[in-house]
Amino acid sequence: MSKNKSEYLINRHDNQYEVVIGLEVHAQVTSESKLFSTSATKFGAEPNTQVSLVDAAFPGMLPVINEYCVKQAIKTGIGLKAKINKRSVFDRKNYFYADLPQGYQISQFKDPIVGEGKVTLDMPDGQKEVGIERLHLEQDAGKSIHDLDPKNTFVDLNRSGVALMEIVSKPDLRSPDEVNAYIKKLRSIMRYLGTCDGNMQEGSLRADVNVSVRKKGSKEFGTRCEIKNVNSIKFMQMAIEYEANRQVDLIEDGQTIDQETRLFDTKKNETRSMRSKEDAHDYRYFPDPDLLPLEVSDDFIENLKSEIPELPDEKKKRFIEKFKLSPYEANILVSDIETSNYFENVIKKSDVKLATNWIIGELFAALNEKNLEITESPISAGNLSKLINLIKDGTISGKIAKTVFEQMMEGDKDPQKIVEEKGLKQESDPKALEKLIDKVIDDNRDKATEYKSGKVKLFGFFVGQVMKVSGGKANPQLVNQILKKKL
Amino acid sequence: MSEITKQTLSELVDNIKSKKLSSSEVTKAFVERSEKSKELNAYITEDYANALNKAKKFDEKPNLDLKLPGIPMAVKDLFCTKDLRTTAGSKILNNFVPTYESTVTQNIWNEGAILMGKLNCDEFAMGSSNETSFFGNVQNPIDKNLVPGGSSGGSSSAVAAQLTPITIGTDTGGSIRQPASFTGTVGLKPTYGSCSRYGIVAFASSLDQAGPMAQNVKDCALLQEVISTYDEKDSTSIDFKRNEYSKELTNDIKGKKIGIPKEYRVDGMPKEIEELWKKGIEYAKDCGAEIIDISLPHTNYALPTYYIVAPAEASSNLARYDGVKYGFRAEGENLIDMYEKTRSEGFGAEVQRRIMIGTYVLSSGYYDAYYLKAQKVRKLIKNDFDDAYKKVDAILTPSTPSSAFKIGEKTNDPVSMYLNDIFTVPVNLAGLPGISIPAGHDAKGYPLGLQIIGKAFDEQNILNIAYAMEEKINFKKNINDWWIK
Repeated sequence: MSKNKSEYLINRHDNQYEVVIGLEVHAQVTSESKLFSTSATKFGAEPNTQVSLVDAAFPGMLPVINEYCVKQAIKTGIGLKAKINKRSVFDRKNYFYADLPQGYQISQFKDPIVGEGKVTLDMPDGQKEVGIERLHLEQDAGKSIHDLDPKNTFVDLNRSGVALMEIVSKPDLRSPDEVNAYIKKLRSIMRYLGTCDGNMQEGSLRADVNVSVRKKGSKEFGTRCEIKNVNSIKFMQMAIEYEANRQVDLIEDGQTIDQETRLFDTKKNETRSMRSKEDAHDYRYFPDPDLLPLEVSDDFIENLKSEIPELPDEKKKRFIEKFKLSPYEANILVSDIETSNYFENVIKKSDVKLATNWIIGELFAALNEKNLEITESPISAGNLSKLINLIKDGTISGKIAKTVFEQMMEGDKDPQKIVEEKGLKQESDPKALEKLIDKVIDDNRDKATEYKSGKVKLFGFFVGQVMKVSGGKANPQLVNQILKKKL
Repeated sequence: MSEITKQTLSELVDNIKSKKLSSSEVTKAFVERSEKSKELNAYITEDYANALNKAKKFDEKPNLDLKLPGIPMAVKDLFCTKDLRTTAGSKILNNFVPTYESTVTQNIWNEGAILMGKLNCDEFAMGSSNETSFFGNVQNPIDKNLVPGGSSGGSSSAVAAQLTPITIGTDTGGSIRQPASFTGTVGLKPTYGSCSRYGIVAFASSLDQAGPMAQNVKDCALLQEVISTYDEKDSTSIDFKRNEYSKELTNDIKGKKIGIPKEYRVDGMPKEIEELWKKGIEYAKDCGAEIIDISLPHTNYALPTYYIVAPAEASSNLARYDGVKYGFRAEGENLIDMYEKTRSEGFGAEVQRRIMIGTYVLSSGYYDAYYLKAQKVRKLIKNDFDDAYKKVDAILTPSTPSSAFKIGEKTNDPVSMYLNDIFTVPVNLAGLPGISIPAGHDAKGYPLGLQIIGKAFDEQNILNIAYAMEEKINFKKNINDWWIK
């Protein structure tokens, strides 16, 4: 047994294995046009409608760098607390494929635009830092479609030339859970920055996963396998689990692990060999002679720094310090820029504690049930704020508030109006409440006697009765006070 | 007035501007002469009917403020021309019709010139004799069965034979200057970054440069003035102040310092080349220039460096010709089979050789020893020129180590073919401008050229030196129209 309950180890016989994971995340840069051409990048367009002569590699066509994509990459680098390289070089990665019109991909090999950085993960047993090795810009390839025709392959070049950031982590990850946290954090940072929408269904974020295992305590890395192009966190986790166990089994069986590229079969939940190290492509990288080295000035970088918004780590710190949120609450609220924006809008005019509870509790549950994003919430931040104020000033009870909330979920209605229309206002007039309570005591004479003779548990029964008779509108605090007096 | 096709570009422009000649008359004359000269095989694609139509249109509403008003012109078939087949001399682009125009040709049409057709060249500009073209050999108008040089062999032949008043070529290792030298014409390779590469079928991107080819230096200057523009569509295009080269042309080169590099005396160089060079030095002195002996110590390494860098880039640049999107496609069992058949049948032997060399030098395990080493040597070669230009304004060398050779003479000996470019290649590696002017004849009566190499962006200076020397040399063409029956 490991001492640390969240430590991810694979046990075989008397041996414990640690899993070492590094990720190469491919994140599509949010930009109107492609990395080296002016074609549009919109997702879901008709095939081959967003293709320029450059994207289709016509003779004599030349790439021209899109400055916006460069800015996006640098911003992401700043968000990853990474070194920005003032000089970087575009290289050609040469290989033949039908959806690679140039016969090479323009990428960055030796001199990437962003160097070493780090990402902090919040794990159940504390924070964990994951090193970033580098971030570089490169072109996406087109798409080969094999299943439209029994004999022919169709090619869609809409994606050809779209800008990607390849973000390479150090081999610092140790479990599927950490991979989950890492991808989510990366996604969160990029969404804060507006540099990648992080939409995994649309392929805006996908990863190559490097996995190796070693005996716990060992300092040496094992031989790694690379699992190519996994496009969901769940699949990444499944692939890692399968692959790590496969490698452990091989070692336990006295065999060696071949360094190779593998594919994850999502249907069979297994990884399969794609090509061995010997069959690995020789990409013949060399600097692209059509492009000069990319040089950016200190001013250029400083200007971009001034455009960087407050990022999740800083926001979390502020939420904890300023609003006295727990780290747990702060984590949830900052994980997504839209959520934190919503939260901050709600608390502009209402109580922080109540707002936190209502957003994390009721709102998230309701959105989840309807499968909605926070941006699609039927309840606007303004109206949630009003609802919270109605609770805070005693106009309605928490219980009534839930009823009002449910109605608000049906459409963005003003809670004030709901309360008025349905007469849900809380009864806080002591005289009216006394009348009510007198009647309840009168109707339950025998129980009142029992209470007085020492059966104090019955107090709850009386509160319940009063609330029931009042239709839930009675102010619970006042009911308590008056009941105590009367009984 | 002399026969239209015998006139220089400047004369034609003057005559059209003064309305002594119409564009139609001029175009018709060059079209007719081109049609009578099919034996030279200078054209790959003729566009005569369109040219005559355009000339007629020009004459209906002539804009005489343009620099090339209604001037007909054929161009090397490496420049993409909208709606007119562009082959790069290759089977693989045999059926390729661009929907776009290269920046350089667009600049020419913007100044009023009219396209007559596309001129033959070595396949993808890989060759020094125009013998690698899928469309066959080009005859040098100087003599039957003599190569016109390459790769811009159709261009040099067409200008020398007066099938076009001027033309443009491209020069990656000497492909403008060497054919100019072989045909007794003038060819300028501008500074790298002077002319846009947009729309030019790429051979070796870091070396390719378009440039003018003409009967004389003045015409060359005028065309350079038209084609050289800064172009945002080419990331290697350089935004520098461009002269009005023809207007600023002067033969006053008194006091200009001209360097004579000792390393250009190569073993086995014919005596007549040595003598031509000596004569050139005397002409330069006669013009008032000061002659200074200089050293370019890494010259010997230029050719091997070039034959690593150029094929490396070419192997990648030519990967796009895969039968998938456009051009020639051979049917195959599967994707790989289709690739192999398309590229084996679509590319000629010399192109395949260079793709293989390039692929080899970029391969893992060889990259450092070849490609990286070559890049370092390239830097040293450039440094040699930088050092030399601290002492001199320009450098004078022979253009080629020999005069034109017979068709077939070197086709089986690639190394001897490559040696043709020994004096021109260092200029491309250093990104400098160089001009070849006709300077004499060898014993067989074949023309020989001298090369003047300038500082980067100093085209005006080498044009001036060439202009001054041209006057002193007074080169006499001896073309007897042997191919016209």
